[in-house]
Amino acid sequence: MTVKDVVEALNLKVYSGTPGLNKEVTGGYTSDLLSDVMGNAPAGAIWITLQTHVNVMAVATLKDISAVILVKGLEPEANTVAQSNNEEIPILGTNLQAFEISGMLYNLIHSK
Amino acid sequence: MIVKADLHIHSVLSPCADLEMSPVNIVMRAAEMGLKLIALTDHNSTLHGPLMRTLAEQHGIYCLYGAEVNTREEIHCLCLVDTEEQRLALQEFIEHNITRIPNKPDVFGYQVVVNEHDEIVQEVDYLLHAALAKSIDEVAEFVHGIGGVFIPAHVDRPKYSVTSQLGFVPPSLEYDALEISKNSLVEQFRKSNPIKLNTQFIRNSDSHFIHQVGSTYTEYDLENLSFKCFKEALLGQGHSSVLPVV
Repeated sequence: MTVKDVVEALNLKVYSGTPGLNKEVTGGYTSDLLSDVMGNAPAGAIWITLQTHVNVMAVATLKDISAVILVKGLEPEANTVAQSNNEEIPILGTNLQAFEISGMLYNLIHSK
Repeated sequence: MIVKADLHIHSVLSPCADLEMSPVNIVMRAAEMGLKLIALTDHNSTLHGPLMRTLAEQHGIYCLYGAEVNTREEIHCLCLVDTEEQRLALQEFIEHNITRIPNKPDVFGYQVVVNEHDEIVQEVDYLLHAALAKSIDEVAEFVHGIGGVFIPAHVDRPKYSVTSQLGFVPPSLEYDALEISKNSLVEQFRKSNPIKLNTQFIRNSDSHFIHQVGSTYTEYDLENLSFKCFKEALLGQGHSSVLPVV
């Protein structure tokens, strides 16, 4: 499954990093502590968070995250968008909260 | 002059601080510990500042106004200012941006302002632990805009710190110093955090109990006991400096 498949299935907004939409998605990780994500997120995961800071992209790059989903309608900061475009890691958005979107992503990944 | 300073002290106004942390008791203890420069940094509030300053002056101690602001990312940051005008600006900024959650004193603790006789004169009804709707960069920008000093607190700690919340110190963050806790060494922190070479580190007690006041401190060589010289010491300007923090 690609990031693009997830965007279409879960009706996500695409903020940035569109060249990365063809990346393969192999799992998910939900956390708002970047120190935790640095230690524990698996490569290839879609990372679900409410953090919009530019450090999100540094951590996503470090951990080979396939895409970031911002919850609750939160929008990325300008420098976060710039970094997402540089690294070609898409930032996606939903109005749902983390519990709901995590459940939907889990079902999507495990139904295939 | 060499000045012993503890710039991270909570009073009884902070819900998590001990009830003995009245301005009177804090100043007495600060004097006993030989502190010459202190800052009262309650969670998201400056309301005890004026009383603390008045009491501190009686002991020849200079008290800076300030607060430990909780940013949107839930990062604790020391915001220090000097004048009453700056204090009011900081207080207004906090009150305007804090998420209003009613305090439950039996769960979180009491949030009271007291007078010089330790009598309660005001109770804050919204939770001072809550986060502001402003990012760490926005808080830094505001504090610098009013001429204050911005210091991310206990940067090495696994909670409410810039490293726990954002993974590492953002290279673009504008700070005047970093506060490191007594359990960590600057050299070790630098190894795992690529930060600016000229970064000034300081240590404070983060006191919540009276015996902690002044138990951890930093020494400054100040031209005179003023906010201006303190700021110059942090920034490596003028004739003031911070004694080595390892």
